[in-house]
Amino acid sequence: MDFDLTKEQEMIRREVRKFAQSEIAPVASELDEKEEFSAEVTRKMGEIGLFGMFVSEKYDGQDMDYLSYIIAVEEIARVDGSQAATVAAGNSLGIGPIYYFGTEEQKKKYLPKLCSGEGLWGFGLTEPTAGSDAGGSKTTAVKDGNEWVLNGSKIFITNAACELSMGVTVQAVTGTRPSGKPEYTCFLVEHGTPGFKAVPMHKKMMWRASDTAELYFDDVKIPENNILGLPGDGFHQMLATLDGGRLSIAAMGLGGSQGAYEAALKYAKNRVQFGQPICKFQAVAFKLADCALEIECARNLLYKACWLKDHQRSFEKEAAMAKLYCSELMGRVANHAVQIHGGYGLMKEYNVERFYRDQKLLDIGEGTSEVQRIVISRYIGC
Amino acid sequence: MEIVVLLKQVPATESLIEIADDGVSIKSDDIKWVINPYDEFAVEEALRIKEAHEGSVSILSVGSEKTVEAIRTALAMGADKGILVNVPDGDVYDGLTTARILSAVLKETPFDMIIAGQRAVDDDNFQVGPATAEFLNIPHISMVIKQEIANGKIKCHRTVEGGTAILETPLPVLFTTQRGINEPRYASLPGIMKAKKKPIDMKTITDIGLDPATVGKPLTKIVSLKTPPERKGGIMIEGDSAQAKAVKIVKILHEEAKVL
Ligand SMILES: Cc1cc2nc3c(=O)[nH]c(=O)nc-3n(C[C@H](O)[C@H](O)[C@H](O)COP(=O)(O)OP(=O)(O)OC[C@H]3O[C@@H](n4cnc5c(N)ncnc54)[C@H](O)[C@@H]3O)c2cc1C
Repeated sequence: MDFDLTKEQEMIRREVRKFAQSEIAPVASELDEKEEFSAEVTRKMGEIGLFGMFVSEKYDGQDMDYLSYIIAVEEIARVDGSQAATVAAGNSLGIGPIYYFGTEEQKKKYLPKLCSGEGLWGFGLTEPTAGSDAGGSKTTAVKDGNEWVLNGSKIFITNAACELSMGVTVQAVTGTRPSGKPEYTCFLVEHGTPGFKAVPMHKKMMWRASDTAELYFDDVKIPENNILGLPGDGFHQMLATLDGGRLSIAAMGLGGSQGAYEAALKYAKNRVQFGQPICKFQAVAFKLADCALEIECARNLLYKACWLKDHQRSFEKEAAMAKLYCSELMGRVANHAVQIHGGYGLMKEYNVERFYRDQKLLDIGEGTSEVQRIVISRYIGC
Repeated sequence: MEIVVLLKQVPATESLIEIADDGVSIKSDDIKWVINPYDEFAVEEALRIKEAHEGSVSILSVGSEKTVEAIRTALAMGADKGILVNVPDGDVYDGLTTARILSAVLKETPFDMIIAGQRAVDDDNFQVGPATAEFLNIPHISMVIKQEIANGKIKCHRTVEGGTAILETPLPVLFTTQRGINEPRYASLPGIMKAKKKPIDMKTITDIGLDPATVGKPLTKIVSLKTPPERKGGIMIEGDSAQAKAVKIVKILHEEAKVL
């Protein structure tokens, strides 16, 4: 057993931390306040190599293991949830499906631009009436000669309506299986295709500097060779994507926990009440001790799940556990962090209120906490 | 242009430094190690010179096995190869000894230019750069904030009290960096992967023709280390008006601090 990260992984953590601290931390609060997606920050993240981390060099990726990617997301999330969302969704949901399931032609066409951070790609699964029940999608695609005609809509799609958005992967119903269940196929829909409209969603409570979109498909004609991989593989592709994506949501929970905890610890050492730093009060100290303990547990759980994936072992149960635990942990830690900051914790000058808000998505996105518990309970045989 | 950067690995400035039980060294268990910040400027400057004039950048360091990490970081930033004179962990050398080791390597290494940090932030010796230049018998310019290279010569700007001095010398040269010379780049993630494949030449003291027995005996010795005295809490001066407060301050300075 070896608990040491490799030299490269250590270096990735150090460099991404340095980057996050000097390039993201100074603007995070303002972008959050203005509810503004920053193409500039995204490009900078692309320049240092935060997109396409697990993609092979053949497609201009960084050819790193999954754990390296997770460490990078963790370090960004330690500073800002929104930018971490852009990176996590960009890699796991945008690049991931094309890299894992796309045809050679599709990979060559799209991946280099997505791996450089010049372009972003969305992942359109959720619909207004199909969230946790992703099998209830109503978006349809009907074959018409050499083309498919897409109709329907998607909601809450990350990275799909900003100036860098190049396209989206869309799951649509393409028929009925022999079992009577719908058959799904995924399509790669480029921005600018007639009939396809992406509209940014505003007034979010969290991830305010991350781009979220509603997508509308109105008789959108898509060429046959824009089917992602094979027809009929859509549902399986989406589920597999979510398994990997869960690890990146977990990384956001872990990194966010770490950031909120560090802020709380620092504050507690400096804030004096009743003649001593408040970290000397057991009620405060024990909160911080619990945070430190749980962060350690969370990191071990998440890294183990990544280790399993990197060793081509099954990791789905551990991914669900890590997603659930790390997301909910950040809720507890951010709550403690605000509490320890007292009234100041509610003010925007202190970042913990942003962490407190940003956390809530983690309980909901890429499978709610309830759904993770369903997944885990299936794996343990309930 | 063959450029060699002298690089030292030092404790990160945010590390909590504690003096070890022997009283002459620091506890190293929980320390995070980084490239000496002035050496990071040196790496960046070397890379910029390479980008402008072609050539290669080598990183030269004296240190224990863990120094490889700092060298790899410089390689990830874009340097081409590393040389580590591997010495036992815990061995402490004074500036002159380090310079002697470095110059022994440099006598066998082709270079047009050597860049070093003005000092290492751990022992603040300011010696290694100039001493190495002396051993190599080449010109040395310290505290450089800007350089221009043309026709086999280098022109360096260095800060002096209240102004800037401009010095010129033919190459080869050794110069040391001052804050402000540049803004070091990040090691990009692809850079980190590429660094994995770049060579690091590991040498021992014997390999470079020195005698470990004499090298290990520095001319100066650390007798003791002390942390700075802890700062006492400030005093709040209470008073109804600025005037009243000023009167109190004067009184305190006069009667308690006895500085007036
Ligand atoms: C900012 C943001 C970004 C997003 N990005 C993307 C994206 O890029 N791509 C994408 O496809 N989607 C995205 N989503 C959508 C997200 O994945 C869904 O919101 C999520 O899956 C939940 O679906 P829902 O919102 O429809 O909630 P519902 O499924 O309606 O759930 C409502 C509540 O019912 C509970 N519930 C539902 N079913 C069960 C059950 N069987 N047992 C117990 N409880 C149950 C849920 O746990 C939840 O508490 C994003 C969402 C947000 C807010």
